[in-house]
Amino acid sequence: MSEQVGVVTWISGPVVRARGSRYVGMLELVEVGEDRLVGEVIGLNGDIITVQVYEETSGMKPGAPVYGTGLPLSVELGPGLLKSIFDGVQRPLPLIEIESGSFIGRGMRLAPLYRKDRWKFNPTAKVGDVVSRSAIIGTVMETETFEHRIMVPADLFGTLTWVAPAGDYTIEDPIAKLKVGNEEKVLTMLQRWPVRRPRPYMTRMRGTTPLITGQRVLDTFFPVSKGGAAGIPGPFGSGKTVTQHSIAKWADAQVIVYIGCGERGNEMTEVLQEFPHLVDPRSGRPLMERTVLIANTSNMPVAAREASIYTGITIAEYYRDMGYHVALMADSTSRWAEALREVSGRLEEMPAEEGYPAYLAGRLAEFYERAGYVETMNDHIGSVTIVGAVSPPGGDFSEPVTQHTKRFIRCFWALDKSLSSARHFPSINWLDSYSEYLDDVADWWQEKVGKDWLKMRNHAMELLSEESRLSQIVKLVGPDALPDEERLVLETSRLLREGFLQQNAMDKVDAFSTIQKQIRMLELILYFHERGLRIVKHGAPISLIHNLPIVDTLIRMKSVVPNEELEKMDDIQKQIDDQMSQLDVEYR
Amino acid sequence: MSDVIVQSGQEVVGVSRITGPIMIVEGAANVSYDEVVEIRDGQGNLRRGRVLEVGEKTCVVQVFAGSTGLSIDGTRVRFLGDTLRIPVAEEMLGRVFDGLGNPLDGGPQPLTDHFADVNGQPINPTARIYPRDYIQTGISAIDGLNTLLRGQKLPIFSGAGMPHDQLAAQIVRQATLGAPTDVPSTEAEQFAIVFAAMGVKHDVANFFRRSFTDSGALTRVAMFLNLADDPPVERLVTPRAALTLAEYLAYEKGMHVLVVLTDMTNYCEALRQISNIRGEVPSRKGYPGYLYSDLASMYERTGRIRTSEGSITQIPILTMPSDDITHPVPDLTGYITEGQITLGRELDHSGVYPPIAVLPSLSRLMKDGIGQGRTRGDHPRWGAQLYAAYAHMQDVRSLASVIGEEELGEVDQKYLKFGRAFEKEFINQSPTENRTIEQTLTIGWRLLSMLPKDELTRVSLDELKQYYQGEDAKH
Repeated sequence: MSEQVGVVTWISGPVVRARGSRYVGMLELVEVGEDRLVGEVIGLNGDIITVQVYEETSGMKPGAPVYGTGLPLSVELGPGLLKSIFDGVQRPLPLIEIESGSFIGRGMRLAPLYRKDRWKFNPTAKVGDVVSRSAIIGTVMETETFEHRIMVPADLFGTLTWVAPAGDYTIEDPIAKLKVGNEEKVLTMLQRWPVRRPRPYMTRMRGTTPLITGQRVLDTFFPVSKGGAAGIPGPFGSGKTVTQHSIAKWADAQVIVYIGCGERGNEMTEVLQEFPHLVDPRSGRPLMERTVLIANTSNMPVAAREASIYTGITIAEYYRDMGYHVALMADSTSRWAEALREVSGRLEEMPAEEGYPAYLAGRLAEFYERAGYVETMNDHIGSVTIVGAVSPPGGDFSEPVTQHTKRFIRCFWALDKSLSSARHFPSINWLDSYSEYLDDVADWWQEKVGKDWLKMRNHAMELLSEESRLSQIVKLVGPDALPDEERLVLETSRLLREGFLQQNAMDKVDAFSTIQKQIRMLELILYFHERGLRIVKHGAPISLIHNLPIVDTLIRMKSVVPNEELEKMDDIQKQIDDQMSQLDVEYR
Repeated sequence: MSDVIVQSGQEVVGVSRITGPIMIVEGAANVSYDEVVEIRDGQGNLRRGRVLEVGEKTCVVQVFAGSTGLSIDGTRVRFLGDTLRIPVAEEMLGRVFDGLGNPLDGGPQPLTDHFADVNGQPINPTARIYPRDYIQTGISAIDGLNTLLRGQKLPIFSGAGMPHDQLAAQIVRQATLGAPTDVPSTEAEQFAIVFAAMGVKHDVANFFRRSFTDSGALTRVAMFLNLADDPPVERLVTPRAALTLAEYLAYEKGMHVLVVLTDMTNYCEALRQISNIRGEVPSRKGYPGYLYSDLASMYERTGRIRTSEGSITQIPILTMPSDDITHPVPDLTGYITEGQITLGRELDHSGVYPPIAVLPSLSRLMKDGIGQGRTRGDHPRWGAQLYAAYAHMQDVRSLASVIGEEELGEVDQKYLKFGRAFEKEFINQSPTENRTIEQTLTIGWRLLSMLPKDELTRVSLDELKQYYQGEDAKH
């Protein structure tokens, strides 16, 4: 399949030019040099072929052969994806380690999915069925609890002429035969899909279910809906990665695709070593069993970093098409944009802002638009939610990647260095962040918790923005100059900040809050405010309220009351009543 | 210009253009990308270079020693057919080398047949061991609040005139593998030290050498020196040569290696210079768009791997131009490294040593190396509490500068006192003072006890009971 199509004439880092066939296609996968380094055609001009190579090109010489494959850059899809860790072009890192030791060698050609594993295939379609694209023809238990639905490839449809009986098969064994027109195609559990082409679906729907992450500041204040897109921009050290990890751990998605794109090696190792030991609160199984990792760390070849985003999203779409809710984390999209810039620079393209190519916005849009809540081709409902981290240089949100990203996401979680310096985590600034999904998910909250979540949330937001205004005054004249009613706002806001927004990812009880716990906590803090306001109006000095033991209780309830023992909250409410009533009596 | 086509290993006369340290060579065939070349000038002197870009008939060569004295027709270029390699051996500890790895101390070339590619290879994330063993540096602001772990890369962000060199020397002198406070400390484990200087003054290099000599560490140190008056282009190789030796010592010989790189800002300027001459599209402040990847290719050569006992811990030092932490060099460094130790001008002015500004400092890996069984159980929350209290104190301090200290509430006055004591007693210590982690924690609790008990919401109630010694300790 791979024949020589050209000869290398020029090399500069990951960009290589070759002279050769005029039949090589744009974005075709090619192999370069005797080591057969994998690359992709990114430009054609007469008989000059420009290739970006996904591996280090040191030692390559002009005159080296270029082999064509006739195929675009594709990923392998099938059982065995979960629990895996791949590099940016889907090479399995554990197998690379076996082959080349602790350091990543060059020219490794390893199949992404392990061929020898046998999977228990259970057919759900029968001979004679007319099946459409992506129709489900059988199932395989990919882990003990996860059902992997075997689909007809998304570009084929026809009549089934043979279906394998239930039994153990490898991903390359035939499991069905499909008559497409006059041709009969053999189907296996393994299929391929070009990474740069979105997988098809039936219709796009409005997402009205929030992605619950167990993080109070996200779920209650700035929710993202399933199928939505959120961005997390923040300067270094502001907690992007910790936030991404928390979402990957606790989000109520059935599959997590985590792309470490140009980030630290130790971070990926942390996920690899931690996730197998953490238990998914919903399935009771190790978190790793629902996770696919793509690791193209900052010191791995830059062109493969560019590809890693597409590799990840294609795998996410594949699980979506089975009817699952998938959450994809990309950490960080800025490194991906920089990879684009680097390759563009070597091609000597005309730069737009800050050296980024003019097509940056277009590429970002293409990526974020692959998120969505859809009806799949096989009549299931599935979704891909994208959470993209952005690393703006110097923490300046006006730079091109942050600005363009803002155009294509509807949920913005702005990280704040001053919060993280004060060890307020997650350091999401409640005044700079926004979510356009509030109205979309309000009904869902009403249904699940039976309370007017949106009203409470908005009230809390009002208090917090009032606090920000008041603290400007405090900075000038000190807190004593404020009337007690306003000082109560400061007091309640402190409870909101320290007792609700702050969440300790290391604390067993606090790391994850159910929506029931979240709404109850919010309710109690607002109740405290309401009662306090009444007493202050009666003339009680704010210092008395400040010194009530309940203040400390409200700040500590997040780590004292576990999700399963919410009845303890009733006790806290009673304490508010008791302590406030006492003041009430004194000052009536 | 020459039409002679030669094989690598042979000399060509075909320089067609020289701009700064960049040379265009024509007529050479079979040249590979990133290959090393040997350049002979008209007088017969040799210098080395590296291929940056290669086409069918021409290639772009970067000359490490600069192009002074090279002429178009008098220069001969020999392509050596391999990427840049340096000899690596255990005997290199105790020796001094130039920026390309040639001996500077008058001694012979290291006797070894092991030559390693200076570019290294990326570590496979699956082969890494996540760092968990803390290093006791004896410095409270680091051990207590920004704990350094074995296998971590933790830079020092400094500015001109601040004592980053003293701090780095103190860390190198005092660093031992930390042990939990309840386990008697075992024999202090010693680190092998690889020191790389890029564009620093002779005085600075001498300071480090003296400091290593005084502490008796010199036999454990390998120094790679590219000083301020050495060719800037060589600087691009210096840290890589140093890291190549470090990798050999750590991963082949199982040693714990501490790598000190100073000053990364000079390195980045050399990179900018080359990029500029090559006419590349600049990104911020004229630095090339690949600065991030380039820095990462060095910083990521840190860590631990499963097949070796050894580890590489990196302490790069960089001076922030006009103390600007958003400058591309500290900015991109901060995005790659696992935290940063930031020095503060104000603390330095008020005579605090080491002037570590704790709020903008951070150790990302700290959470995994401290606590029960590592340092002490209360350490994580104790640290968060000190941070929160000190951050609040900053607000109080700016308020006090407006309304006056007397106008502050009682609690806020206590915060001010706490803040002053924190800077004078916790952060401040002598350059020779080596505090145990136990001492550091004790000082911290003493300071926290200056605050009312109900302000301390980050620590647990049990910890308050055990360690809090303030006035209202009883209720």
